Amino acid sequence: MKVAVIQFPGSNSDQDAVNGVRVIGHDARLLWHKEESVGDADAVIIPGGFSYGDYLRCGAIARFSPVMQAVKTFAADGGVVLGICNGFQVLCEAGLLPGALVRNRSLQFRSEQVFLKTVAKDTPFTGGVEEGQLLRVPIAHGEGCYFADEETLASIKSNNQILWQYVSADGELTDDANPNGSLDNIAGICNRERNVAGLMPHPERACQEIVGSADGRAILESMAAWLDKKTQADAA
Amino acid sequence: MSDPAITPELIDQHGITPEEYEQIKVILGREPNYTELGIFSVMWSEHCSYKNTRKLLKGFPTKSEKVLIPAGEENAGVIDIGDGLAVAFKIESHNHPSAVEPFQGAATGVGGIIRDIFTMGARPVAAINSLRFGSLDSAEVRRLFRGVVAGISHYGNCFGIPTIAGEVYFDPSYEGNPLVNAFALGVLRHDQIARGAAKGVGNPVFYVGPATGRDGLAGAAFASQDLTEESADQQRGAVQVGDPFMEKLCMEACLELLATDAVAGIQDMGAAGLTCSTCETAARGGTGIELRLDQVPQRAANMTPYELMLSESQERMLIIVNKGHEEEVRRIFDKWDLPWAEVGTVTDTGRMVVTNHGEVVADMPAAKLADDAPLYDRESKEPAYLAAVRAFKLEQVPDLKEPEQVLKNLLAWPSIASKNWVYRQYDHTVRNGTAVFPGSDAAVLRIKADSLPGGGVDADETVPEKYLAMSCDCNGTYVYLDPYEGAKIAVAEAARNLACSGAEPLGTTDNLNFGNPHNPELFWQLKEAVRGLAEGCTVFNAPVTGGNVSLYNQNPNGAIDPTPTVAMVGLIEKPEDITTQWFKDEGDEILLIGAAIDEADPLLGLGGSAYLQTAYDLKTGTPPRCDLAKEKQIHTTVRSFIQAGGVKSAHDCSEGGLAVALAESCISNHVGRETDKLLGAEIDLSAFGDARLDALLFGETQGRIVLTASGVDAVKIEERAKILEVPVVRIGKVGGDKLTIKTAGAELSWDLAELHDLWFNAIANKMK
Repeated sequence: MKVAVIQFPGSNSDQDAVNGVRVIGHDARLLWHKEESVGDADAVIIPGGFSYGDYLRCGAIARFSPVMQAVKTFAADGGVVLGICNGFQVLCEAGLLPGALVRNRSLQFRSEQVFLKTVAKDTPFTGGVEEGQLLRVPIAHGEGCYFADEETLASIKSNNQILWQYVSADGELTDDANPNGSLDNIAGICNRERNVAGLMPHPERACQEIVGSADGRAILESMAAWLDKKTQADAA
Repeated sequence: MSDPAITPELIDQHGITPEEYEQIKVILGREPNYTELGIFSVMWSEHCSYKNTRKLLKGFPTKSEKVLIPAGEENAGVIDIGDGLAVAFKIESHNHPSAVEPFQGAATGVGGIIRDIFTMGARPVAAINSLRFGSLDSAEVRRLFRGVVAGISHYGNCFGIPTIAGEVYFDPSYEGNPLVNAFALGVLRHDQIARGAAKGVGNPVFYVGPATGRDGLAGAAFASQDLTEESADQQRGAVQVGDPFMEKLCMEACLELLATDAVAGIQDMGAAGLTCSTCETAARGGTGIELRLDQVPQRAANMTPYELMLSESQERMLIIVNKGHEEEVRRIFDKWDLPWAEVGTVTDTGRMVVTNHGEVVADMPAAKLADDAPLYDRESKEPAYLAAVRAFKLEQVPDLKEPEQVLKNLLAWPSIASKNWVYRQYDHTVRNGTAVFPGSDAAVLRIKADSLPGGGVDADETVPEKYLAMSCDCNGTYVYLDPYEGAKIAVAEAARNLACSGAEPLGTTDNLNFGNPHNPELFWQLKEAVRGLAEGCTVFNAPVTGGNVSLYNQNPNGAIDPTPTVAMVGLIEKPEDITTQWFKDEGDEILLIGAAIDEADPLLGLGGSAYLQTAYDLKTGTPPRCDLAKEKQIHTTVRSFIQAGGVKSAHDCSEGGLAVALAESCISNHVGRETDKLLGAEIDLSAFGDARLDALLFGETQGRIVLTASGVDAVKIEERAKILEVPVVRIGKVGGDKLTIKTAGAELSWDLAELHDLWFNAIANKMK
């Protein structure tokens, strides 16, 4: 897998994303926001941070950068795109994912380990998780409350676009387990075509035991495995 | 608009004494003009010049075989960590601004310290902070607390630095004058160290970063006066406004520029902005600088030279560029879309000459301005209140009633209670380097390739991974009750927290927060505290690499408790040594290292204790004694146990004593949101016979660490401790869902879930 990690002014988890991909044995490089092509990447990650200082709204300005045009084309062609935290916000602002992320209901930034249940297994991002396996990964955000209007939410649900939900350590969907007030405890979703996904938690910050959890690998490894299968299928 | 005339009132308003004014006239050979008066006012303020404390600070130990840049030479000290790598770290205060505008005051405190680190050429990779407020029962205090934490969170998180440790204390003496001490640490290779000297006559001087406005005007002078009731209204303009996004861009651009040959010298514009950075770099370089104000990017209309020189607008850097390399600055700063301007030239006159549209508006010798502030020997006198403190006797401590309730009250006391309400607002995982999060004795950070400037994604060198521990500590109550002993304890506690995490101290940075130095009793506190700090840092071979002095911390009600905050950094040999404070497995043996009660202390460790304060509202009594040699021996011994393998957890005894340390070991393992792994213990203290129960459970005798190990390893630890002549007593076993403590005369029991709830939610409950 060759991943291009977009670097906006103010991205601060770009290195983390590159390292996460490298730790699982694949290639990653940084792609500056002024570039107009994703090159030979077969996956794109839009990393966490405060692109453009979160001026106006999180991700509102990043969506206009030259590189996002290239990402849109890449996604339209079926390319795999993962938005993490601020990256999720950028994808929603760019219209590549439905809904929006707004201020945490606590009105405070939240940095803690949460538990995720994988809901839909049939995407490049979620294929590698066992039944009932929870992922313990960190969140670190002030505006991670997922919101969509009734119609959009109904559509997301009927198309199985919810990929991850916040749950308790026992796997229960409770309000206590929800760190930011997201509707239906939604932590991450994908688009209708299932090639673009976004999530607020940081899997790239959970790839090695020494930092507290290696559960995040499952998401990156799912992508690598899916792309590998696709390459083989294409070649056949 | 013409400048105001220089009158005695104007001179006084600028915080300059008549004698200092005479000295200014001697230095200039004439009267100063208004702009020059302003310049002297900030450069000779206490905050910038340390005029009241410079002589005292000479007592600090500043050298060791690992110190590469000692205190006082540059903007931060630098210490070697092996394999050609080094760390730069420092702590600084932003107390007065936070009292007036808590959000921006705290935010810009973080911004300022981060700049001090990257101006050394290091990539800032971790932050910690020490905060103090009045009682949370006050709505005003809650407002300040909320604002300060939000400000630190806003700045650090957006900038992208993990805030991984800290301390928060609540005491009425800080009411109206909160303390906000911010620490940052950065990593660099030895050959990446950058200096703040204006070298090379003829070199152009560049300004980079956002335009200058009127914010923070004369912030340094504001920091050097007592707070009054009018301060809030009058001084709001002196509070700087921060933009962490700008700082992030500025840092990346500066680190990129430093990797080229373009930079001859670099300094951040912090306190006293353009003034300080210009004269200090010139002074260090033995050169002069001609500064052209009309070239300085300005974001307010009609700014006067006075305003431009004294503004403390944030996120600006002064860069002395090697002539011929100006293109690098343009290329890199344009890439990051940051403003830049060529604003001056290095000269050989030794003078700082400031012009505005060709007209000279200030002309003064740089070195005299930067280095020759008058130094004062303030009068000191032992405070009268100490007589009553020393007279307090053990017989005056009421009998211990309801020990079970006492422990609950201590765990819910905001100064002891869990600080998760604070640190869950701080991103502590960004940069993927935090090995031990907030919540244990010390934070642990791993240093890896991308911790270095230029060491990220595309670097092809391998960097050996290293593990740093850091902690900041100070019990202000102890220092108030005995400044010398309390200061020693601050150092000892920091070293002890490092030892518990498996680390050996490398170096220290200190933030001295004290009252008005013209008050002899308060100056005595400062003098004695410095004496204690110096001794402590010497014994632990953790030299002071730099720090900050914040004086004039008081409010109309009186002075704050003297608070010399100590932040210490240590190195852990290998990742297997990383140790945390909570119990790990059922059946583990619990050992107490160190004497349970200091029998030589007439108050048996109860003086100044949290117990006396919470149970009886008594803030008195000589605090526990600190035997530095014994402490060092205990730390070295515990570290050796950890390095030999077999230590499952280590937690030191501090506020609240042994009972609190045991309870914390049972309830502080926070696994995830709403998920805590509570692990009980059966403790038997009957080995201590008929010792006073209050002293045994809640006394704060120093030099004690609670260790756990499996049965087999516990035996090895006991044998080694006996050989090393370090006291060790087996006090119990891990297991169950209760904490039970049996003594010669009592059997106490606590439900863990209840203790956890009281401790974990205490502050959140007060902040509802």
